[in-house]
Amino acid sequence: MKRLLEVDNLHFSFKTYGGEVKAVRGVTFYVDEGEVLGIVGESGCGKSVTAQCIMRLNPEPPGYFKQGSIKYKGTEITSLSKREIKKIRGSEIGMIFQDPMTSLNPTMKIGKQIEESVMNNMSVSRSEAKTRAVEMLKLVGISDAEKRYTQYPHEFSGGMKQRAMIAIAMACNPSLLIADEPTTSLDVTIEAQILDLMKELQLKFNTSIIMITHDLGVIASLCHRIIVMYGGMVVEQGDLHEIFYNPKHPYTWGLLKSVPTLNMDKKEQLIPIDGTPPDLFSPPIGCPFAARCEYAMEICYEQLPPEYEITVKHSTMCWLQHPNAPEVIWQETNEGAL
Amino acid sequence: MNAEKPYIEVKNLRKHFKLSRKEILKAVDDVSFIINKGETVGLVGESGCGKSTTGRCLVKLYEPTDGKIFFEGKDMNLFEKKDKTKFCKKVQMIFQNPYSSLNPRMTISEIIGEGIKEHNSISGKEVKEQVYGLLELVGLNKEHANRFPHEFSGGQRQRIGIARALSVKPEFIVCDEPISALDVSIQAQVVNMLLKFQRDMDLTYLFIAHDLSMVKYVSDRIAVMYLGSIVEYTDSGELYKNPIHPYTKALLSSIPIADPKLQESRKRIIIEGDVPSPVNPPDCCKFVDRCSYSKAICKESRPVLKEVSNQHFAACHLY
Repeated sequence: MKRLLEVDNLHFSFKTYGGEVKAVRGVTFYVDEGEVLGIVGESGCGKSVTAQCIMRLNPEPPGYFKQGSIKYKGTEITSLSKREIKKIRGSEIGMIFQDPMTSLNPTMKIGKQIEESVMNNMSVSRSEAKTRAVEMLKLVGISDAEKRYTQYPHEFSGGMKQRAMIAIAMACNPSLLIADEPTTSLDVTIEAQILDLMKELQLKFNTSIIMITHDLGVIASLCHRIIVMYGGMVVEQGDLHEIFYNPKHPYTWGLLKSVPTLNMDKKEQLIPIDGTPPDLFSPPIGCPFAARCEYAMEICYEQLPPEYEITVKHSTMCWLQHPNAPEVIWQETNEGAL
Repeated sequence: MNAEKPYIEVKNLRKHFKLSRKEILKAVDDVSFIINKGETVGLVGESGCGKSTTGRCLVKLYEPTDGKIFFEGKDMNLFEKKDKTKFCKKVQMIFQNPYSSLNPRMTISEIIGEGIKEHNSISGKEVKEQVYGLLELVGLNKEHANRFPHEFSGGQRQRIGIARALSVKPEFIVCDEPISALDVSIQAQVVNMLLKFQRDMDLTYLFIAHDLSMVKYVSDRIAVMYLGSIVEYTDSGELYKNPIHPYTKALLSSIPIADPKLQESRKRIIIEGDVPSPVNPPDCCKFVDRCSYSKAICKESRPVLKEVSNQHFAACHLY
């Protein structure tokens, strides 16, 4: 499988008059052709900023690349000019945002919004663009496509707006789709439809997808591989089964334990992760999770742990993996780690 | 069956909003259920099903268009002034959006203290003491009292909302999607807190949510709503084990499960289409257009909520 995207030791910060906000602090991951990578983590962990870095969507200034590289099909993204990045957006990389209500232009007909993407990125005539737009609406399951093409976003329901967003993002057949919490604002039955659609399109066009979400259920239904982010860093990454059934980082354990499963009783307590995420103005020098970690040792507060390889496709950034560290075993029950 | 009067009884509740001369939005369309003291009833359904509107009718934020709500056996429509005052003390609400439900121009101390002052004639110092006590109870501290809402995170704001609801020592709290806007790990903290308070203070909850796994975790009984009506209503364990109504079945099978092996092996029922509009709804089963089991009768008359098996009610012509 060809490597489509390589993010290497990415550091991205924002200059604010309160100081430097270190949003992304050394993130490394990759995406291969045809695979779905899930990025999971809570608000403020840096997942959206990381994704937006890939398309250079973060405002620069106040944002700036401190260190590291992002290579898309071999091209270095961080040093591209505005004109060059525009060529990649839409045609190579598409993006679906969280809130379709605010991500669609309310004064523009849906059809025109799809056409706009096509015209900007493909050299086709206006009528060819229109045909393509109607095709895309049909592809994403919007019935009455010819009529819907002439309608405005407010005439679409939430689920339909999200489908329209997918149509716009896929219109130029990009190789990589970045979906930032695409179903968070949707109802469960509509969410199921959208996830199914994404799965279908992904298989049909062999598109790679980066799926950003805090919903572990969504991850489980769509992703091949997962990276878990916390405090601006990747604390664990691995393939789907490794992360769900053999997680190694205490934060991942915490996430898995705090989600109720359908066969739980009230008697089994939900085990939350106490505390709150770190301050990104002055992030801790050691492991970002140490302050909330049950298993934190002295070294965790003093030094950033290195990345330890568990298997070829599974690694974690945690001092518990050091040969001299005490053994802590994760159990699949809600009793958590022993 | 309990011979005692239930704590709260909702009978044929209707709440309609007139949009124009010909358009009536039937947000709540003939809803009946009871809540017993000390229990948690979950009200579940997707956007627009009428669950929040039902909750608001229960706290008297809305006046019903028709039907009755009985609180401790008394018809709420017939409340006199003193009944209303007592009611406001006993019944409170926790709102969904922690960003818009706290007055941005009031300090935390003022927000939490407002209810205490309203219902008690005690000194300012005593109010402050109670406010500090409540802040500690929800895991915040004294230092937070003089700050403003914008200085807090979503999870913290939700805790402030809970402290406010508890400030008047209520008996019954309507929790309207109290955790939807929060991160997964914070959701667990807030839910655990709500459950602890229920045990310690003998509270009764109406828990409104669309997160079906969380609702099951907190509720004793659950009512599933669709387009203004209750389509199924039973014990929470029973609902998930033996769902009856086609909508409930589809709803349960749509929840993404945080377990890849289970997710892959389960049978999924994907409902086609969008939720229809609650404006001028048809006089037949409201789910008929999206139901894969519909028969002729489903298009002709509206099914009535009836007991299909022991204490398990469903509104469906198939049963």
